[in-house]
Amino acid sequence: MLRLIRDEVLKTFLKKRTYLGFGIILLIVPLIEIAMNLEGSHFITAITRTLARDFFFSGSLFNGWFIAYMIMNSLWLHVPLLISFVVGDQLAGEATAGTYRLILIRPVSRAKIFFAKYAASLIYTFLFVAFLACLSIGLALFLAGRGDLLVSKGEILVLADSDVAWRFMVAYVFALWTMTTVASISFFFSSFVENSIGPIVGTMGVIIVCSVITLMPIQLFDALRPHLFTSYLDLWSRVFAEPVDWEKIRTGALYLGGYSFASVAVAWYIFVRKDILS
Amino acid sequence: MNPEIVLKTRNLGKHYRHRWAVRNLNLEVYRGDVFGFLGPNGAGKSTTIRMILSLIRPTEGEIELFGYPLSSERRKALAHTSGLVEKADFYLYLSALRNLEILGTLSGGIDRRRIQEIIDLVGLSGRENDRVKTYSHGMKQRLGIAQALLADPDLVILDEPMNGLDPQGIKEIRDLIVHLARDRKKTILLSSHLLSEIELVANRMAIINRGELAAQGEVEALLEHGEQYVNLKAGPAEKVRQILEEKGIRVRSFDEGTGEFSLDIRFEETADLTAALVRAEVEVHAVVPRRSLEDYFLSITENGAE
Repeated sequence: MLRLIRDEVLKTFLKKRTYLGFGIILLIVPLIEIAMNLEGSHFITAITRTLARDFFFSGSLFNGWFIAYMIMNSLWLHVPLLISFVVGDQLAGEATAGTYRLILIRPVSRAKIFFAKYAASLIYTFLFVAFLACLSIGLALFLAGRGDLLVSKGEILVLADSDVAWRFMVAYVFALWTMTTVASISFFFSSFVENSIGPIVGTMGVIIVCSVITLMPIQLFDALRPHLFTSYLDLWSRVFAEPVDWEKIRTGALYLGGYSFASVAVAWYIFVRKDILS
Repeated sequence: MNPEIVLKTRNLGKHYRHRWAVRNLNLEVYRGDVFGFLGPNGAGKSTTIRMILSLIRPTEGEIELFGYPLSSERRKALAHTSGLVEKADFYLYLSALRNLEILGTLSGGIDRRRIQEIIDLVGLSGRENDRVKTYSHGMKQRLGIAQALLADPDLVILDEPMNGLDPQGIKEIRDLIVHLARDRKKTILLSSHLLSEIELVANRMAIINRGELAAQGEVEALLEHGEQYVNLKAGPAEKVRQILEEKGIRVRSFDEGTGEFSLDIRFEETADLTAALVRAEVEVHAVVPRRSLEDYFLSITENGAE
């Protein structure tokens, strides 16, 4: 099984499309961070303007942590697109290329091939999120240094410098968990379409529809909202609160895990019964 | 002693939404056979082969490979079987060698020496490190056969391996098939609609039409069912007719455009006829015996070819 996974990872990382997401991140993150660094404290002023009459902010709240936090906020809806671009190709790409006819006639079970491909998808997702984390935090700290983190989400919260690093670490773990769900949904779509675009459109379609339901203040959707995975896409951001509501995070993580499990289970059911006509 | 059956299908069938692609198909392939699997386009050949190689789930019936039922013992059934289904598609962004290594892992692990041996066998030495996207169609087909031979299978199933090849490519693949059967003792199931090719290499065959088995058996035995006749190209036509009447030979047809007669005689009788024509100063351009598998194939499928 390990050799199958190794080969699937190899296949994934020898494809040019795999590096498109890394390339985009490598381009956009430095661009945003350098631009933010040049704009400097305008961001902080804009956030604290209404409170400046009553409070006195000491020290520099514009620092590397703040930039890295803004990067997480601004990119987190775009990352799923880049994940599905590669993961959606895992199964559908074989159908498109006609290579199912080579791999599925071997004396190895379809289940093993399926799970090797899923494992390769998760490895890609992990590396992608880790790359984003290292680049955005590392470059931000290099450019703007450390300091207290100003968090604005309905209310303003200032987290002490010494209290921030672990939160980023945990936030990225939950971000990875969220992206695992996105990857699983993309993998599900990949199991029954025969082109690489379908899983991307399918995954983003589901995210957009569920996000609209999540964000629209319509009473009819109230009962539905807590059960949609998009309600937990920003699970990571709940770590930047004081106190951290671990119970809500746990619930969100369980929902995301449930979506991942269901997506992969259905995909597996489809894949092992699929007639290869391509 | 009865020959060992390496492939057996029992009442095999596949139903798609509104039609049966294959129905009630009973095939038997013996060890050492070069088994021709014939049928017009759309007859169900590829569907059958996909079922045998577990790409498609049969709607009904069973497949046994080396005595193992494919439905319940897939791994054992496919352990000694491999194939090439339609055209050879690979990971184009990888080299031939890397492709074979990946497929070797799926076949239970094939060492580099064996892979190189197979590359040499199919004549791709020196190009194994090139990306497959730089390969010609013929090279891909040879690589397709190479991947089928990786695990040294006893049964090799080749689905239309000569499709789209130029005459030189067809000859190379045909020679390779003959080599595999004769020198490497492989059992080969070869589907094709290039009937002349099957006739050249197969010892047993089955003909499928509209998803159903039309005939199966020894190629020579099946050919006995076909009519034998001779095509004669000679002139002038009137003089030829006169001699044919004198000898009591029936003319099946005459093509005025080409000046070609189709005669109801056996090839063995043509020497006498040719001598008579030459004595009468008739110009004889061609005497062609017709007793081909193609005629037999056409006679079976002429009302059913899709």
